[in-house]
Amino acid sequence: MNVRTLLDTPVPEPGPAYNYAFLDEGTKREIRRAVLKAVAIPGHQVPFGSREMPLGRGWGTGGLQLSLSLLGEGECFKAIDQGADDSVNAVNMRRLVAAMTDAEPVTDTRAATLVQSRHRIPEERLRPDQTLVLQVPAPEPLSWIEPRYAQTQRMHAERDYSPMWLYLYESIARHGEIAVGANYPVIVDGHYLMSPTPIPRWDVPKLDRAPFLTLLGAGREKRIYAVPPHTSVVPLEFEDYRFQVERFAQPCARCGATDAYLDEVLDPRSGETVCFTCSDTAHCELRRTEAQR
Amino acid sequence: MAYTAVRGGEQAIVAAERLERADAGERLSPAQLVAALPYAVDTVIAEAGLYAPELAALALAQARGDLPEAAFLLRAYRSTLPRVHQTPALDTGTVRVVRRISSTYKDVPGGQVLGATRDYTRRLLGSELADAEVAPDMELGAAPEHDGGGLPKVTDLLRESGLVSAPAATEEAEPYDITRHALRVPPPRSGRLQGLARGEAGALTALAYSSLRGYGATHPTLAEFRVGHLPVLVEHPHAGVAVEIGEIVCTEVETVQHDHGGGDQLELGYGFTLGRNERKAIAMAILDAAIEAGNARAEGPAAPAEDEEFVLFHVDGIEATGYVEHLKLPHYVSFQSSLDRLRAHTDQEEDR
Repeated sequence: MNVRTLLDTPVPEPGPAYNYAFLDEGTKREIRRAVLKAVAIPGHQVPFGSREMPLGRGWGTGGLQLSLSLLGEGECFKAIDQGADDSVNAVNMRRLVAAMTDAEPVTDTRAATLVQSRHRIPEERLRPDQTLVLQVPAPEPLSWIEPRYAQTQRMHAERDYSPMWLYLYESIARHGEIAVGANYPVIVDGHYLMSPTPIPRWDVPKLDRAPFLTLLGAGREKRIYAVPPHTSVVPLEFEDYRFQVERFAQPCARCGATDAYLDEVLDPRSGETVCFTCSDTAHCELRRTEAQR
Repeated sequence: MAYTAVRGGEQAIVAAERLERADAGERLSPAQLVAALPYAVDTVIAEAGLYAPELAALALAQARGDLPEAAFLLRAYRSTLPRVHQTPALDTGTVRVVRRISSTYKDVPGGQVLGATRDYTRRLLGSELADAEVAPDMELGAAPEHDGGGLPKVTDLLRESGLVSAPAATEEAEPYDITRHALRVPPPRSGRLQGLARGEAGALTALAYSSLRGYGATHPTLAEFRVGHLPVLVEHPHAGVAVEIGEIVCTEVETVQHDHGGGDQLELGYGFTLGRNERKAIAMAILDAAIEAGNARAEGPAAPAEDEEFVLFHVDGIEATGYVEHLKLPHYVSFQSSLDRLRAHTDQEEDR
């Protein structure tokens, strides 16, 4: 956008005056190169010159830079936050991508060529022709143990993951089991320890030898990493203390699913749990439509 | 269904934005803001890392006075601009000075130039009272602008007398640019200085203050403090000579202090910002010296302000405000996952 136009327009809106997909062409190319490197070294965090985006740092700027550098003509873009297409951040992403690119915004997971997500992997099994982009708040799995980047780089290089094993062991000693909620540490391709982003444990097995490409973008921390198709993703566990996914006492109150990750719904007055509903709203909707037929 | 009702949906977002804009009042023009709030504009320029006063003012108006938000708007806009040219290293000795202070020598060659400042007057709230403090019929001298060549740099004088070490020959062919590469640790010095220059003024001030108070014990003296106009040069694409394309206002600070190890020379600290950002430039020089001292210690940094990685990863205002505020986003999924672990733990306790 021309600087003079910007100064003369009272409230400038993103639109055709900006470069296609917001970022300049050199930047998009730079990001795609980082993606290629990330795919070549599964689970390894590739530093990149992350740009400031028209979206807060920590609000998905890494995922957005990946999507914008990949979305071309004929693509269908789905954005979800916490599994829902209508959650605030997902709506914001979809509006921005729709304004800046030719990609068609969709909510049906099956129709999407690229799914950008915060904290969830869709329940619908993704196909080889689909790409999953996960927004990453904190790419470094070792940051629980060692906050210094200079140190964690060395630990990855030496595969010195014993402090993480010790962390899990201590968790068992204190709590009687592994007390890690979301963001469960995994080993990718038998080598790098990786943070799968705060997806629930429920979603972690979906990454293991998945037929689709998963790209993970951390804008604020300036890292891109990837799980290429058919790559092993193994959660850390002990022989006698296994990795466990979340369990739900009831099926989804809307579609009856017993094989989906659920959100707990509270009674606004009493604060007691009323029911559980699917976190993946598009999947829930699809099941209900199919049941009506 | 309170938990799901929180989900926005497109309409709610649009409505919320409309509400925010509804009582915005009269919109001030960028030119008005540049004149009325120059310090705010310069804060935004420095933190965005883009010297564009009118655009900074536009961002300030759009952010309705929220400085980190304005810097964020300008930086995001910066991402859309291709890089056209690169200037050679500019010599800050050529600055047309409007303010210049040295607290090392009373009779500093070239003199102390106070310029326009409220530093030494009483801060009384209310413009009438404040005006009464300043003699209204006082005759002001000519604009105290000095030719850069006429003003020797204090650090050069100190160097000539052997009191400070000559700057180490630069090993970097090109400056490390943290806007194009992820910051690596430890960064080259150019990366450190760039990170500090773009840092949030308040964050820099707090960390520098901690160092002055004894967390790492920096005790600097301002060898020289300058605010002025710096000519910007680019190399002519055909003629190959450096051509002046304009000027930027800048603040430059050089501090000296006696080495922690009891050496026989003074240690330097360097601060520079786009625009007039006096407090920030001083804080930057303190942190530069503190980091230098931390890196030189055999046992490593002795305080947060001396820890290069700690300082550089936390002073960026755009990153810090964004991440702190992202907590406003829904976290239903990860919270549910934590609940699951918490309940599993409670069940186990009950079984015992």
